[in-house]
Amino acid sequence: MNKCVSAAEAVSVIESGMTIGIGGWGPRRKPMGLVRELLRSDVNDLTVVAYGGADVGLLCAAGKVKKVIFAFVSLDFMPLEPAFRKARESGSIEVREIDEGMMLLGLRAAAWGSPFIPTRIGLGTDVVTRNPDLALVDSPYDDKEWVAMPALNLDVALIHATREDERGVCEIASPDHYMDDWFARASKTTIVSADEIVPSEHFNDPDVARRVYWERNCTNKVVHLPGGAHPSSSDPLHGYDVKHYKEYGALITEGGIDAYAEAFLGDSEADYQAAVGGLDAIQSLPLPVY
Amino acid sequence: MTFSLAELMVCAASRSFDNDGEVLATGIGLLPRLAASLAMRTTNPEMMMTDSQSYMLSNPNPVSGMTSHEGQANENWMGFARIFDNVWSGARHALVGPSQVDRFGQTNIAALGGTYDAPKVQLLGVRGFPGNSISHANSFFVPKHSTRVFIDGECDVVCSIGYNPDRLPRCYSFDDIDIRRVITDLCVMDFNGPNKQMRVISLHPGVALSEVQENTGFELAVADTLEETPAPTNEQLAVIAELDPLNFRAKQLKDNPPGVRAA
Repeated sequence: MNKCVSAAEAVSVIESGMTIGIGGWGPRRKPMGLVRELLRSDVNDLTVVAYGGADVGLLCAAGKVKKVIFAFVSLDFMPLEPAFRKARESGSIEVREIDEGMMLLGLRAAAWGSPFIPTRIGLGTDVVTRNPDLALVDSPYDDKEWVAMPALNLDVALIHATREDERGVCEIASPDHYMDDWFARASKTTIVSADEIVPSEHFNDPDVARRVYWERNCTNKVVHLPGGAHPSSSDPLHGYDVKHYKEYGALITEGGIDAYAEAFLGDSEADYQAAVGGLDAIQSLPLPVY
Repeated sequence: MTFSLAELMVCAASRSFDNDGEVLATGIGLLPRLAASLAMRTTNPEMMMTDSQSYMLSNPNPVSGMTSHEGQANENWMGFARIFDNVWSGARHALVGPSQVDRFGQTNIAALGGTYDAPKVQLLGVRGFPGNSISHANSFFVPKHSTRVFIDGECDVVCSIGYNPDRLPRCYSFDDIDIRRVITDLCVMDFNGPNKQMRVISLHPGVALSEVQENTGFELAVADTLEETPAPTNEQLAVIAELDPLNFRAKQLKDNPPGVRAA
């Protein structure tokens, strides 16, 4: 069994109108190489589910997005994501804005085949009033009302792991795997890029096996992309690229996606990495300290 | 000993955690984090805190001067997904910095002005505020007390549940909502006025009550005995200096004003 494909082949399963989930968190371990491949495609009209950073920003700026399901889009050290901000303020995208934990519940519902998970989260706030399709339900066990957080069924999930084997066993060696396991489980097709492709024996070490958060039958496509998280971090291999994010912010704000694409995107990941200073430079970015 | 307004606010905010016992305290932003860390180091050693990344700590990390997470006092792994497992049970007190606070104690960090579909300024998004506000205690830290923050009318986007009778879910009462303190550059407030009205409980040295009311877009209640916010003790200042060796706290408020206003 060998699930290895190129980034372009992997991303070619994504069709216009699909719902895609993107793993990682803000500026941390985002599958940016896969997102860049999507930017180079002619796919559009996507619904995007993410704990968003520049992944969401870039897809919005490129006009690929119909709707964003989000709790935040932020780069942490740059609290306001410049491209998402532009898209929101121009009214060019639809949104479903929900609590961070509600998104987790929606992914779990999808993974478990439940139509919804009841929760009190969202009650009393604009999460309920601004999302008219978010139903309130009665409980058979008490008299309160409950938010029925619907399943976030994904067509495709994009994730970046530290290492994986060619069968799709994925190791996340970073301090946090975020909700990546739930993105993988909530999706019909899961594409995982990784900094390193390793032999399966790598996972024989019990400490390594404990860093595998979903099973290989949840991973459909394996893509070898060293540095593929850039400009986000792939802790413990490298940190995020503050300088690049700042350049991205300036280019997007002044010239939109065309200015950014002209400066960096290129026709392939090799072009991109050459434009940002090469793989060695990416791999020597210092780890963030919070 | 002289002290800055930032240090006064940190000490005032840290007192919000005094009686919390064994709860997870989360201070978002440098001064709120410093306040929670100070409480853990002085008045409430039972408190719990994370490294803002993925571990729970037995001893808070410094807010400046740290070059690596290695060697920190980990006590358990605490990734983001697990945060919800813990905090939705109620054992948490968050100290957060909203962009808007209305008379109900509802807050906004999502977007300002315009319409919901095309806001004038997109901020962060609702983040975890809806879940936090209906699950556990929350206090607010406001570096610049003004009518832009404490607005007339309701928040542009209501991110957290407050004491608003019109939004109260079925079979809920105000007792299900726990907003503790509001610490600003002028005063300390709570929501223990009549019918959960926001109430001034102490004024910072040299601040007049009229100045607080003028900079608030709605009517405030006032505590029967209005106190002066206590000055930081030498012990508190020493712990603060230890937790913030590079004095990042001096860069958080414009011009780093002194804690006692010049007469």
